[in-house]
Order: sequence, then C-alpha cells, then structure tokens
Amino acid sequence: VSTASSVIAGPGPRSRSSRIPQWVALGVLVIFLAGAPSVVDSFTLSQILTKALWLGIAAASLIFLSSYGGMISLGQTGIFAVAGFTMANLVHAEGGKNLGWDPLAATAAGILVATAFGLMCGAIAARSYGIYFLMITLAISVIVFYFFAQVTTLSGYGGIRSVTPPPLIGNPVLNPLPLYYTSLVASIAVYTGIRYLARTPFGLALQGIRDDPARMQALGFNVALHRALAFGVGAFVASIAGILSVWYTTQVSPGGVNVAMTINILIIAVVGGLYRLEGAWIGALVFSLIDNYSRVWLPNVGDWLGPERFETVIGVIFLVIVLASPGGLVGIWESVWARRNRAMRGPAEGSGTVAEVVDEAVEPHAV
Amino acid sequence: MSSQFDLRIVPRLVLALAGAVVVAWIAYKGLQDGRIFWIVTLNGITLAALFFVVSAGFTLIFGLMRVVNMAHGSLYLLAGYIAFTIQTNNYGVSSNLLSGNPASFTSWIVPLVIATSVIGVVGVLMQQVFLRWNQGQDLRQALITIAISVILADQMVAHFGGIAESIQQPAAWPDSVQLFGVRYGFFRLVVVVGAALAIGALLFLVIKRTRFGMIIRAGVDDRAMVSALGVNIQLVFAGAFFIGALLAGLAGSLGGTMIAVQPGNDSAFLLDSLIVVIIGGMGSLGGAAIGSIALGLVNSYADVYLKFGTTDLTNYAILLTFVLVVAMLAVRPLGLFGRPA
Repeated sequence: VSTASSVIAGPGPRSRSSRIPQWVALGVLVIFLAGAPSVVDSFTLSQILTKALWLGIAAASLIFLSSYGGMISLGQTGIFAVAGFTMANLVHAEGGKNLGWDPLAATAAGILVATAFGLMCGAIAARSYGIYFLMITLAISVIVFYFFAQVTTLSGYGGIRSVTPPPLIGNPVLNPLPLYYTSLVASIAVYTGIRYLARTPFGLALQGIRDDPARMQALGFNVALHRALAFGVGAFVASIAGILSVWYTTQVSPGGVNVAMTINILIIAVVGGLYRLEGAWIGALVFSLIDNYSRVWLPNVGDWLGPERFETVIGVIFLVIVLASPGGLVGIWESVWARRNRAMRGPAEGSGTVAEVVDEAVEPHAV
Repeated sequence: MSSQFDLRIVPRLVLALAGAVVVAWIAYKGLQDGRIFWIVTLNGITLAALFFVVSAGFTLIFGLMRVVNMAHGSLYLLAGYIAFTIQTNNYGVSSNLLSGNPASFTSWIVPLVIATSVIGVVGVLMQQVFLRWNQGQDLRQALITIAISVILADQMVAHFGGIAESIQQPAAWPDSVQLFGVRYGFFRLVVVVGAALAIGALLFLVIKRTRFGMIIRAGVDDRAMVSALGVNIQLVFAGAFFIGALLAGLAGSLGGTMIAVQPGNDSAFLLDSLIVVIIGGMGSLGGAAIGSIALGLVNSYADVYLKFGTTDLTNYAILLTFVLVVAMLAVRPLGLFGRPA
C-alpha cells in the first residue's frame, strides 16, 4: 500500500520555499487572535473562540496520532476525562472527593495521571492497527465514561460542580479574558510542540512506522514501543484540553465525556482535516460556530430539523466531508490550491494532494 | 529501543493466576448460596444471548466485508422504537391496562417482524448508498457509519423522545418458569435464549452447508478470487449486510421487550458488540458466542460478587469489562479466533 517515497515525509510533501509564508501566516494569525478580545464581545470570545481553542487542542491530540502515527484514536475523550476528573476531585468543589489541593498542583496531578493512563492504554492498543485500534480506543473512552458515571465517590452522573480554578484564571464567567489567553498560549505551545516533535528522531521514526511498520521493525525499531509512547504524547495533549474544559465550564460530569463527546472530537478532527495539525483548530472553530448559531437560525422542518437538532446538522456536515474530502476543510483548500498551481504550471507536474498521499498511508497494513 | 524483547509469557502467567483466583472466588460464593449463584448465572446467560444476536450481525458484516458498522447500535435501537411504535399505535397495546389493551401474540410478533425487516432494508440501503463505492477504505467506511449513527441518534430523540419505553410481551405467556429450584423470567430464559440458539444454529448451517455460506466463507478468505470466479460479489455483500442488519433489528425488538427502548442504548449495544468481537475475534461466529458468554457472565457476576466483607466494589464492575478486554488483547491482539485482515 505504501510507497517508499512517503517514508519519512512529513504530513505533507511541501517544499522549503512554501514553509516561510506558512510561518508568517501563523504569526499574523496569532497576533490577530491576541488582539481579538478588543474586537469581539465577551460572549463571542468565551462561547466561540475560547471553546474553539480548547476543543482544538483535544482534536489536535487526535490529529497528531492520525497524521504522524497513522492511528485514529477514539480514546482521547477518555484521557481528557481522566485529567478533568482527577483535577476536579483534588481541588475544592461540590461533589467528588473535595480534597482542597492547590489548583495548580491539582492540574499537574491531573495531567500526570491522564498521561500515565494514556501510556497504559497505548501499551494495550499499540499492537493493533487501523480499525481494530479504532475499536479498542473507543472501548477505552466508553469504559472511562461508565466508570465515572457509576463510581459515586469520584463523580456519579451528577458530576462535580463549582470546581475551583487557579487564581490566574479567576471566574471565567465574570472575566473570560484570562482563560482565553491561557487557551491561546496552550494552543500555540501544543501546535509548535507537535511540529517540533515531528522533526525529532522519535517523530521521524513514528512517521516511518505510520508508513510501513513491518519495514521499521526490520530496521530494528521497536514498533509497539514507539506507538505506545506516541499515544502517551497524545494523552498529554488531550489532558491539557481536559483541564481547560473543566476551567471553562467550572464543572465536569460524565455527560460531558460520553460517546457523543468522543464523536464530536472525531468530527472536529475530520471536518478540519485528519492529516493536518492546523485542521484541529479550524474544525473546532467551525464546530463551535455551528453549535452556537444553529440554535438560533435553524428553521423547524417537522420533527426533522429545528433549533434543537444541532447533532443532526453536525452529523450531516460530517457525512458530507467524509464522503467528499478525506482531508477535511484543509484538504479541500489544498486540492483547490494544487489545482490552481497545476493549471498555472501545466498538467505535467501535477501530483496527488496531501490528503490522498496520507490517506493511503493511514490505511492499516498487514504486519 | 532497538531490541525487541519478548515478554509475552508474563501476561499469560499473570492472567492464568488471576483467572484461577476469580473462579475460586465465584465458586466460594456460589457454594455459600447456590440459589443466588444460579440466578446470577442465568442473568449472565440471558444477557449473553442478547449480546450474541446483536454481535453476530456485527461480526458477519465485518468478516466478509471488513466494514465495521458503527451504526449497528443505532439499527438495534431504531428497531426497538419501530416495534414499540407499531405495537402502541396500531394495536393500542399499553403497559397501563386502564388505557390500553394487553399484548396478544399477534400484536407482539407482527411489530417484531416488521421492525426487523425494515431494519434489514435500511441496512442494505446504507450499504448501497454510502459504503459500496468506498469499498476497501475501511477507516473511511467506519467514519461514514459513525456519521450515520450521529444523525440517527439525534433523529430518534426528535421523533421518539427521551423516555424509556418497553415493548409488551404477549399477556398469555407466563411471567416466569421454574428451573432448578428458582423462578426465572420466561421471556428472558425461554424466548431470548431460544432465539439466540436458533439463530446460532441457523447461521452455522447456512454458513457451513449452503452455497451462499460457501461463498461467504470463500469471500472472507479472498474476496478478489471469489469475484474472479464469476460470483456476483456485490450481491453477496448486499445479502450479508441485509442479514447483519436483520440480526441487529431482531435483537433490538427482543431487547426492547426484555429490557427497554431508550436513548443511549445505541452506544451501549455498539460497545457491547465491540467488546464481544474484540474478545472473540472479528468475523468469527464462534468467537461471538464465546465473547458474548464471557461479557454476559462478567457483567452479571461483577454486579453481585464484587463484595468483599463490608467493602462494596460493585460500582467498579465496569472496570472488569475493561480488564477482560485488556487481558484478551495482551495475549491475543486479534481476539480468540481473529485472523489478520
């Protein structure tokens, strides 16, 4: 299935010259986002931008695994939940253990526990590929959901309310700014961190494994160990999103980490583009825009459509994207761009889009 | 990082030991109170019967077509709602005897047959419209079925509401039967287990003895070759998807009578099917049977026997399911009877 040329290629075969404008664009975007609070009202800031940022981090953990590791994981929600619930149990809150730890220490503990849990799940799932991996990680998420729903000393169906955020964040309802900037900084750190990791020997080996596990095994790489460690990295990223989500809503409940949430994170990743990291935040922005505004303008069409039918709308969008463009919105953008370039240069130079190249690589291999 | 050390013997030993401890604990509790043990075991077996009917369809579709139908749970739930609606609206059956009729055999079996067939057709439509032209791209097909399940789940809430309902069994049937000194629910024990056994036997015969089954077995091994031999593989695929969806529909109607029809059942039964086939191995009917029994028994034993003295750990029962999956994957990544894709 895989081709030799795609081994150790990044998530996209892009030339060096196109890399500089990309970083410039990113810088402009960051400056724009940093100035956003002075332009948009606090409702939009909190409900759209902040939410898109932490949802984007959650989706980025999935996209990291799919684009660099060839693993489409549905377990990110489970890890996200472990981080959030651990933190919420350790600090002052209504419900849960209410241990009264310092919020920052509790945050560190939450991330640590979730990453350790992720490494364990990675060790379990690392020997499975493709569809098997998808199913095993889905099972992990669902089991975490049932665990917190049933264990009443840690949460129960009602969840944990009034979770104390660190003083730095304050009350996100009264003043959404600190949480917005925290989420922005976290997003930038996650994005650059993953891009950096992809160029380290570990990241390159991981991409080699994505393209051809058997060959990497023959070259002496411990394939299962690399995959498990990558899952641990993904878990770390997901746990950051889990913590931010608890600060955002000041509560955490099993209802927020159910199968619907698992699917939502997958939808965000797929709509944005499973094979490009930027897609995570693009998908998350589209998702939170639809989430907010579909409740306002969606007309009633019998029982089929109406302000309550957000899931139907997002499901249809998801279906259309999966059917039309495996690379998501980023993939559509890139194929339009590639077609334009091809038209300018003449037909001879045309090559497959990124999504096509990687789509092939992500298909499971016979090992 | 370069050495590949083989530690596979360790998990096997640990597992064997843990298994022995668990069996000893259940035996100890069982000897203390044989009546409860027997009821709990029957709970597990009847649950396993329902799991088997659901997951047989799931595993059949995967085995032949490599399609993981993530909408399988949605088909299960949709069947329950269709059967419930027909029973209530067309026959006026209600659990409240003041406002409705008690169910007769006809007003139970007709909704079941209609719901099951409708789901079979829905399954074929889904396969023909969305999956057929994506053959071979199994992750994409999984994503497509996930999208369908999202839409179906939301539409079911819109049309049938969020309240748990249940399909009424025929009033003429007894409530319970006497078996080995305990009274146990007739529907669970006789109808559901009977249906599971009949379906298991029927599928076994169809797959081992008929031409269609022969083609399916050959297709599982080598699709391209079967196609090259002049078999209309598309027709076989559609047939397999029809049977798989049919089984989900039948299970939904049975489960709606045995337990309830409510939102959330779709993901619950999808998870159950996933666990069953992870344990048993994707595509294997025997694996589905063994996986169902393992999951059913673990669920019901954990609900009762996770009490040690005064410490009540029954809330943690779900973790045992996780342990079951982890244990199986540690020893056999492809499940008991699974084969590499």
